[in-house]
Amino acid sequence: MVDVAFQSNRTAAAQAGRRRVGLRNALRRKSMSAFLMTLPLILLIAILVIYPALYSVHLATLNKAMTKFVGFGNFEFLFKRDTFWLVVKQSCIFAISAVIFKALIGFIVAHFVHNVPANKQRKWRGMLLVPWVIPPAMSTLAWLWLFDPSYSAFNYTLSFFGIGPIPWTGDAMWARFSVILVNVWYGAPFFMIMYLAALKSVPEQLYEAAAIDGANWWQRIWYVTLPMMRNIIAITTLFSLIVTFANFDIVRILTAGGPLDHTHIFATWAFRVGIEGSDIPLGASVSLFMVPILAVAAIFILRDITKRGNES
Amino acid sequence: MSTMTIDKSGPTRKVKYGSMSRDRTWALRWSYFFLTLFAIFSLTPPFYMLITSLKGSAEISAATNPWWVHQPTLENYVQLLTSNQFLRFFWNSAWVSIIVVTVTMLISVPAAFALARMKFWGSATLATGVFLTYLIPDSLLFIPLFKMFAVFGDLTGIQLVNRWYVLLFIYPTLTVPFCTWIMIGYFASIPKELDEAAIIDGASWFQTLTRIFIPVALPGLIAATIFAFTVSWAQFLYPLVFTTSTDQLVLPVGIITTLIKGDVFNWGQIMTGALLGAAPPLIIYAFLMDYYIAGLTAGATKG
Repeated sequence: MVDVAFQSNRTAAAQAGRRRVGLRNALRRKSMSAFLMTLPLILLIAILVIYPALYSVHLATLNKAMTKFVGFGNFEFLFKRDTFWLVVKQSCIFAISAVIFKALIGFIVAHFVHNVPANKQRKWRGMLLVPWVIPPAMSTLAWLWLFDPSYSAFNYTLSFFGIGPIPWTGDAMWARFSVILVNVWYGAPFFMIMYLAALKSVPEQLYEAAAIDGANWWQRIWYVTLPMMRNIIAITTLFSLIVTFANFDIVRILTAGGPLDHTHIFATWAFRVGIEGSDIPLGASVSLFMVPILAVAAIFILRDITKRGNES
Repeated sequence: MSTMTIDKSGPTRKVKYGSMSRDRTWALRWSYFFLTLFAIFSLTPPFYMLITSLKGSAEISAATNPWWVHQPTLENYVQLLTSNQFLRFFWNSAWVSIIVVTVTMLISVPAAFALARMKFWGSATLATGVFLTYLIPDSLLFIPLFKMFAVFGDLTGIQLVNRWYVLLFIYPTLTVPFCTWIMIGYFASIPKELDEAAIIDGASWFQTLTRIFIPVALPGLIAATIFAFTVSWAQFLYPLVFTTSTDQLVLPVGIITTLIKGDVFNWGQIMTGALLGAAPPLIIYAFLMDYYIAGLTAGATKG
């Protein structure tokens, strides 16, 4: 940086004409080099994201052997199957309840971390973020072992309180609860970190002003914290909604969709019919059902981001 | 509760002060109490991985207290770390992650520079497009991608499905959009005067990038690198779909497909494998926590 400043002083002393020529050359080269610099990115997105996305629409209109065009045949077939509606219902229950609990727990924990003296916050934050750092496939294995039907460490502990044994992954309702619990465990730290960053950006004077006006803790949260954090809360929730809705690892490892398809969500069911059942068109049709919800969330995120871009 | 009553019974200013500081102490105590609860909740699975990994198979199947190791043994670690298969998974994972991180940085840093600084036709649309791509999840693309690579293999005779290096083409779709996005944010926050000065001095765009932008945005670069590494290390769906032969598997899929044989779960080894698989991201996190968190929060707060 020092180097640059020094050189720019030297140029300032040089002729103004030469400077203008240099700038014009740079501008002439600019669009070409910019194009070359973004070319790999454009190619990657075009070939490996946009093309497959369109290709999956094409695939969804083929028959199982992929030899014949069947139009909406796959969708009609899906609409007639009870399992499909079960998957739709479960995906919504899974995504919505997991996101709500993640957001709530994240919000509460962020406040507790914020309350603690600043020099100790690092330690707590470090511990609480561990679930987010461990690859979900690995941590879900630990949960699977904690939920094991015969050696469950949870059931062992609960038996001292006269509870159980609970069929964590064996019973439909409990299995749904378990996959949501693991997802909340994995995702809540992300919310905590985002909210903590947002909490730190709320000016302290606002709380002092509220305290002078006699606001109690609830009013401070409702009238100061929440309005100041609204943006972050919205964007984190939408992000998480997308990720949770498209979740695969946790359900796949914990229950593989069982018992009797009662925990399947779109991604795991698409894998089951598309890859394991070798019915690629049907699998593609199943995963396409994620698009509307993802699109709605994406539009809201985009609106928020462009709005903030315009403000700044 | 008790603080409430004190608050009401003390009309003078002095008592009020006292109650406020007592409020604070109690708030602090409650904070610590709940934080401890949440920390226990957060750390139970990794702790249990560690506990189980130190147990022999006899102790795992005995009905003793599962939360404690009575005869600690390293036999699971010895077995896994001397097994060629497991080491193969580890190397596959390491190679895939390292190459993907390199490729990601080579693609996304120049692209982010061009999008942040060199306004050209369609650059704003492209930046938005990059962000939208980041929102497209893997579970939407795995079926068409699988079919695409199968068709590609049939057409050209180059077989990519069921080779570990097919992941090198696929993982960048997960890492590049996000890394480009956060690098755009970091680059955009660098003062314009800096690169203007460099260009007036006759530096090329490439020199401006390597001599000014990369050094100044180094924290962002580290955060993006960490993100790319953790994503490629943890990815589970794509390797599960694309690779099946045991010598082509990466760590997460390898552990799940080889250590679980039918209904037989070798829990000691599974937990050891899971812990070893979780170790690289955890170690990076332990040493570079601030960069990790910067990358995590940058996605939504920058740009």
